Amino acid sequence: MALEFSPETHKKFDAIVGRYPKKEAAMLPVLYLAQEEFGYLGPEAIEYVAAIMDVPVARVYGVVTFYTMLNMKPIGRHHTQVCRTLPCALAGAERITAAIKAKLGIELGETTADGRFTLSEVECLASCGTAPMMQVNDDYYENLSEQNVGEILDRLK
Amino acid sequence: MEKILLRNVDAPDSHTIGAYRSRGGYRALEKVVREMSPERLIDEIKASGLRGRGGAGFPTGMKWGFVPKDSPKPKYVVCNADESEPGTFKDRLLIEKDPHSIIEGTIIAAYAIRSHTAFIYIRGELSFGAKVLGRAIEEAVAAGYLGKNIFGAGYDIDLILHRGAGAYICGEETGLLSSLEGGKGWPKVKPPFPATHGLFGCPTVVNNVETLASLPWIVERGAARYAAIGTEKSKGTKLFSVSGHIRKPGVYEVDMGYPFKKFLEEDCGGVPNGKKLKGVIPGGASMPVLRADELDGVTMDYESFQAAGTLLGSGGVIVMDESTCMVRSAWNISRFFAHESCGQCSPCREGCHWMEKIFRRVERGEGKAGDLELILSVSGNIMGNTICPFGDAAAMPAAAFIKKFRPEFDAHIAQKKCTVSAS
Ligand SMILES: Cc1cc2nc3c(=O)[nH]c(=O)nc-3n(C[C@H](O)[C@H](O)[C@H](O)COP(=O)(O)O)c2cc1C
Ligand code: SF4
Ligand code: FES
Repeated sequence: MALEFSPETHKKFDAIVGRYPKKEAAMLPVLYLAQEEFGYLGPEAIEYVAAIMDVPVARVYGVVTFYTMLNMKPIGRHHTQVCRTLPCALAGAERITAAIKAKLGIELGETTADGRFTLSEVECLASCGTAPMMQVNDDYYENLSEQNVGEILDRLK
Repeated sequence: MEKILLRNVDAPDSHTIGAYRSRGGYRALEKVVREMSPERLIDEIKASGLRGRGGAGFPTGMKWGFVPKDSPKPKYVVCNADESEPGTFKDRLLIEKDPHSIIEGTIIAAYAIRSHTAFIYIRGELSFGAKVLGRAIEEAVAAGYLGKNIFGAGYDIDLILHRGAGAYICGEETGLLSSLEGGKGWPKVKPPFPATHGLFGCPTVVNNVETLASLPWIVERGAARYAAIGTEKSKGTKLFSVSGHIRKPGVYEVDMGYPFKKFLEEDCGGVPNGKKLKGVIPGGASMPVLRADELDGVTMDYESFQAAGTLLGSGGVIVMDESTCMVRSAWNISRFFAHESCGQCSPCREGCHWMEKIFRRVERGEGKAGDLELILSVSGNIMGNTICPFGDAAAMPAAAFIKKFRPEFDAHIAQKKCTVSAS
């Protein structure tokens, strides 16, 4: 078990845990910290988080598998997530997904060979008034068209 | 119509404390902490008639009143900023453009129940919103509105911003609390209610962003002015998020009781491209759909939507024009619920997947006679048989789509294809 937080991350960890009335409550922020530091939450990362949070490993597994934003496997540099729920679908989300698939040459759930993009579909992201839309890592891209989505992806190196 | 919730969003730098204060911000909080007892504050909010904007419409002052005054345990307030109901994006606007109104409202609610620790639980995907809120909280701490002895009045309050990690069910209040306790977002059986047994078993109030953002105005202008707006049982103004086939999508603030048809046609510009309106979901994807011919006389308030056979919900208005395949729309929504069921109770876990599978095969032209009855029966078996209201939220729209647009579903099965749209 080689994984460990860097000293700076450890300081952040202490600060986060200190904010909450109970340590367990800091589980999600600590998992975010681990995901940022280790890239994804594989078995070693999960064991490490269980150890520093003083909870059983199974509990951390349960949490990591429950939430869509916690990744158990490595993903591409730009996690491209197209919203597929009704308002976006009414605005043509399927055409956006098809255009991205064609451009990147991958299917849903796949990562490009160069590790640049992973493509997923997600449910409503509270951006239905500017549909269709996608989220790439932290950023929202709204009012997409088959034309502008290609240009957006080109800019993400 | 006077703007209450959207009064600040268009002002320059509306997200900063300077802009917020220059527009009267934090005066309500000062008044509350300096001049009002928690009891009087609760009475005032009861008198305003404010009902929760998270979907259920529960009276806010009454909810606060259920919190035991003399509990030896700590008490908590949680601002529910999980906004994930499809078709709803009003809280996000407030979070990004008017975070201080949410912070001020949250502190006011905390004061009402004598809580010293409050949380804002924001859905994980809203990274930008979390940054805006985080900065706003720092500003409020620096200004002395959060922390020890605020306004020198002897009241301490700490506010923690907590990010979710992608799960619709964490918007349901007990699912949210499980998530905040560091676990899966599994809802809990009610009763006991959070007001007595909430976060870590302590008395807790969970309120929606919009509910809390309404508070500063009500405190400052008085309950009577708020209660003068709206209808008998629906007071004040409400935000509606409008999406789908509509000329001017966006967030609108409406006096409760406003005519729905007029709203869609005049305020939102109607259905574009010369198409006709076919159906509209007025309250987010969990609520029953209405056919265009059912809108006459419907007004935008709890009573009228209910009389029309649907619910106001979160105010997520999804508009569908005549080219929309209703089978496909129903399938899309059932897929959402199948994806988001937390899996804890079998009627919901199994039923949602079943409904999704059947809607999918009907949509693909592979439906069989009896499929629609099967969905209606599954839906009926979910209703009322689950731990949390998610089950009803999945079952209601499925049944409504079939009942309201039955001929279209029958045609899909009989002709083995869609007869409405080419795609
Ligand atoms: C499945 C489900 C999802 C919900 N999602 C949200 C949500 O995203 N935001 C919200 O404020 N309330 C949501 N609610 C309602 C909450 O359970 C709760 O009633 C609300 O936060 C209380 O606040 P209010 O009294 O101010 O409305 C949801 C309810 C259910 C059943
Ligand atoms: S009704 Fe569905 S979402 Fe709610 S607790 Fe049961 S399985 Fe989970
Ligand atoms: S449906 Fe795509 S953001 Fe809401």
